[in-house]
Amino acid sequence: MAKPLCLHLSAALLAAASCIAPAAEPEWPHPLKSGSEFASQDLRRLQADDFANPGMLWVTRGARLWSEPAGASGQSCAACHGDAAQSMKGVAARYPRVDPGAGRLVNLEDRINLCRERNQRATALARESGELLALSAHVAHQSRGMPVAVTLDAQTRPSFERGRALYVARSGQMNLACTHCHDRSWGRKLAAETISQGHGNAYPAYRLEWQTLGSLQRRIRACYYGLRAEMPPYGAQELLDLELYLAVRGSGLPIETPGARR
Amino acid sequence: MVARVQLPATAKAGELIEVRITIQHPMETGFRFELGGKPIPKNVINSLLVRYNGAQIFRAEMGSGIAANPYLQFHTVAKQSGEIEVAWIDDNGERGVEKAALAVTSG
Repeated sequence: MAKPLCLHLSAALLAAASCIAPAAEPEWPHPLKSGSEFASQDLRRLQADDFANPGMLWVTRGARLWSEPAGASGQSCAACHGDAAQSMKGVAARYPRVDPGAGRLVNLEDRINLCRERNQRATALARESGELLALSAHVAHQSRGMPVAVTLDAQTRPSFERGRALYVARSGQMNLACTHCHDRSWGRKLAAETISQGHGNAYPAYRLEWQTLGSLQRRIRACYYGLRAEMPPYGAQELLDLELYLAVRGSGLPIETPGARR
Repeated sequence: MVARVQLPATAKAGELIEVRITIQHPMETGFRFELGGKPIPKNVINSLLVRYNGAQIFRAEMGSGIAANPYLQFHTVAKQSGEIEVAWIDDNGERGVEKAALAVTSG
């Protein structure tokens, strides 16, 4: 009689131990596949064609804005950073990251706006505005082909943990978490679409549904909409945490900006 | 508005060349509504003209059925070196011009 009790006890102890242990990593997709691998032939061809890819219009506009003076300083981005092809190579792959000046986690769009306010003494550009998307697309385009390589350290870990918690938390009327589709069901069909692994390496990307270029935050908000959950506003900490979580989860995938997506 | 025009770097006289054009434009159909229910007025590039050294070689009239950021492609015969000029106008009366140089070698 004593033995089964002991077994029960140890089972209970094990259960208790697993509760207090750090949250287990949800099963990350393996091998990592970029969203373009789930896209149609036509869309992949569109992305690969640097002329036909509509996202390149934003990159072109960004390249022009790069050398246009802005703000009270009368300085352009190029005045400090020179040729973006050199100075911005690999930069986008490291975002989101902690900005030492601001002392908080920022994404590429935030960083561009910080630079505008601090150095150019210009007003911040509105999120999802043509100018901001053009600049972020231009900067991210300089890292095309380079692997996503964000820093996960003591400073960024709390944000990463929050991002993970959001990623596995059920929400919305659909009562689904990100992980249910993008970790457990990628490669399977959702109506006519193939579910992707949910990586952000092609953003800002041109989505046919949007008929325009959009940021990763816009794409994440679209997922919230799909879940029939309340969408966090642009710039919300939740979106930033998810951006970081996605970047860590998709580390090593090549940057594809500007991607073409459905 | 940003536009891009792509031509081959060089062409031989008499050669068939491909001209590719993309223009950043929302191409508002006129069938959409704002969140508040107000209709968004139609605004599309209704007319586009391409001139090769001043002579018209291509014309397009577009409507609501053309997607945003239109992409156009056509062929023409390379004659002499010069400029290909793309000019367009939308329903708001906004005009745009984009030019590209073409170098033609004899024979």
